[in-house]
Amino acid sequence: MISLLRRPRGGVYPDNRKARTRTLPVWNAAVPPRSVVPLLQHAGDASIPVVRVGDRVREGMLIGRAAGTMGANVHAPVPGIVTGLRTLTLADGRRCEAFVIDLEGEFDRLGKHTDPYDWDRASVRELLRRIGDCGVVGMSGSGIPVHRKYRLPRGKEVDHLIVNGIENEPYLSADYRLMVEMTDGVLEGTRIAERILKPLRVTIAVQADSTAAASGLRQRIRERGLGYAVRCLPRNYPQGDEKLLARAITGREVPTERSTVEIGVMVSSVATVHAVFEAVAYEKPSIERVLTLSGGALRTPANVKARIGTPVADLIAECGGFAAMPEKVVIGGPMMGYAIADVSTPVTKGTTAVLALTTREIHHGSETPCIRCGRCVRACPVGLEPTLLYKMLEHHEYVEARDTGLFDCIECGCCGFTCPAHIPLVEGIKNGKNAARTAKERS
Amino acid sequence: MSDLHSAPGSARVTLTQTAAPQFHERISTQSIMWTVCAALLPAAMWGCYVYGFAALLVLATALFASVATEVLITRSHKTLCDGSAVLTGLLLGMMMPPTAPWYVVVTAAVFAIGVVKWSFGGLGSNWMNPALAGRVFVQFSWSGPMTRWVMPRTLDVDSVAAATPLSLVQNAVNAGDLLLTGASDYLSGIGFPRSALDSGVTEWLNHNLLARVSVHLPPGYVDPFVGNVPGSLGEGSALLLLLGTVVLFGKRIITWEIPTAFFCGFAGLTWLLGGVPYGSGLFSGDVLFHLVSGSAILVMFYVATDPVTSPMTTAGMLVFGAGAGIIAFLIRAFGGAPEGAALALLFMNACTPIINRVVRPRRFGYRMGSSR
Repeated sequence: MISLLRRPRGGVYPDNRKARTRTLPVWNAAVPPRSVVPLLQHAGDASIPVVRVGDRVREGMLIGRAAGTMGANVHAPVPGIVTGLRTLTLADGRRCEAFVIDLEGEFDRLGKHTDPYDWDRASVRELLRRIGDCGVVGMSGSGIPVHRKYRLPRGKEVDHLIVNGIENEPYLSADYRLMVEMTDGVLEGTRIAERILKPLRVTIAVQADSTAAASGLRQRIRERGLGYAVRCLPRNYPQGDEKLLARAITGREVPTERSTVEIGVMVSSVATVHAVFEAVAYEKPSIERVLTLSGGALRTPANVKARIGTPVADLIAECGGFAAMPEKVVIGGPMMGYAIADVSTPVTKGTTAVLALTTREIHHGSETPCIRCGRCVRACPVGLEPTLLYKMLEHHEYVEARDTGLFDCIECGCCGFTCPAHIPLVEGIKNGKNAARTAKERS
Repeated sequence: MSDLHSAPGSARVTLTQTAAPQFHERISTQSIMWTVCAALLPAAMWGCYVYGFAALLVLATALFASVATEVLITRSHKTLCDGSAVLTGLLLGMMMPPTAPWYVVVTAAVFAIGVVKWSFGGLGSNWMNPALAGRVFVQFSWSGPMTRWVMPRTLDVDSVAAATPLSLVQNAVNAGDLLLTGASDYLSGIGFPRSALDSGVTEWLNHNLLARVSVHLPPGYVDPFVGNVPGSLGEGSALLLLLGTVVLFGKRIITWEIPTAFFCGFAGLTWLLGGVPYGSGLFSGDVLFHLVSGSAILVMFYVATDPVTSPMTTAGMLVFGAGAGIIAFLIRAFGGAPEGAALALLFMNACTPIINRVVRPRRFGYRMGSSR
């Protein structure tokens, strides 16, 4: 009854399954002997290659230049020789070119200490330039280049900056470890974002069960005299969604098909602000990230800092390989992540986790007819009727689907997760969005 | 890296590639249906015990006829696995009088599965609850056999034939009697049998618990609560039915909305207007008597919460439940039949598509004035 009363509208409560990795400190994964670096690790167009096969690259050297408005720079994660440029299918199904780099030569950055840049006196333009140069993108999957996101449209202001430490997908604990172990980096990144955006208030949002992270952050905030609030939110998936989080913290609702800037809110994940900090203070390009390796099939789960371009297979091998037969290997969380067919798929800037899941963990069931129970409707955090949308899209009624809110779907996975008939609602709606766009272009 | 592709004791690993979400809540249509069956079972067993072998036959006939109809129509046994045909059979049997003739039971089952469920396309496509529709269909077709009741063996009386408390009260009201002291006292007055359990538990409650809040419980409520009254096979024991709902609530198979709204609509109106036909005026209805008598509990928790025929949104479910509760009361108090819950629910089943159209969830991002 208590959970009923506290429960905000919609959402689901999947098993947490974080216990195996929560307490594990982040360690550095081995540098891969051969890395595969996709030129598309962000929202926009693929980057333009600026090195050629056979070229020698240094650690952190630019290998792909940002293209278009939503492009981002791509850097060599390791020193070595470019031995190939091949077409790759990313976990999310997009196809792009990827550089293959064979490790060779010395590391320029690894293990070397440099003094941080005194960014307090730098201009906003300079801060954004540094972030853009380093190719920092949204680290929790959105892939939106941060220097674009932080450059506000003319006439728009942000009065509330929210640093998102919610991470409420099951298994994931990378952001939590980041907050616990790299508290100062997160706070410093927040200060940089604050400097750029000039909000009136800054809130760091964490899950109610992340007590260690919350108390650590509060302590450092107090010690450093920062005026940031730390808010603990109940464990309701998908509380970490940008728009839902903005509403939970500020009470304001983003109008349909707009961004949070519309209501004066900017949301950035802790991993992103940490990357911002490293980019601005040390000019460190986005060449590594913290991610969780977990799942019942993995022998020793871990939180690791891995180089971008590391094949997933290398990481699994470093964690002792499979202890049980995996049914799926998932890139990202189990609610929104992608199951991959090939474990040579590389880690990219947006990879929050690699999960090896056994059959027992996924509770697979075969599809049966819809019983109109409405569980999907009550689970939908944005107030859609997924079963209705699914049926409309099955009949190619794109105009009706659009009017029923097709493009308001945030693809959080709640409906598909809770459907007793195991209907692939999310898949149907995702495909339907593409089909609806195509249908509109044609007409 | 090739060793990575083999897990211990097996050949190459083949990975399944599916769209998100990558894992699922531990629930399925099957598990819902079979769990509801299991939750109903104690009350059904109780019915078979107190009303004897005839009741067991009725239940078995209902189950067999439902399953057989399902198999005949689908020409396969595959859909039996989802448990919906067994659930329909079980519910139907439980809503039958314990002495219902076999042809009545079979007709009800064939109508439920053949007409109500499969003529619309099977599970998920029907707009009325099959068991409920089957029961109401034979109610109007064979009103004689459908109102013939027997005394439970737990009441120590000689006569076998009996009338339900609700119908006795209805007859009295129709005859123009004033039941100023309430339905339960009226039944005591005409010598309606009570078990020793009833007087014992009532006395204990009055002495130990209710005395402290200065409330006095008259005799005659414990018997219908545990199921010591003449009535339908599985509707009698409110206690066992309520126990079953603990499982259903715990597994989140049913949610609070429909039962709560039904309760509020039904109990609220009973309290407000229930005394009017008895001549005792407003705010004097016997809520407890009406709740534990007849099919109120079974309908409220098990039939009204049928996922297929109830609305999808929380608000819609509240409207649906309240509507069913209100109409159930109106039929009981002012209609021609002693029992109204089944008919009321059937009416609300018919309203469900309209409720689904009218009561929609509020979409995120469409609040007026939320943009700056």
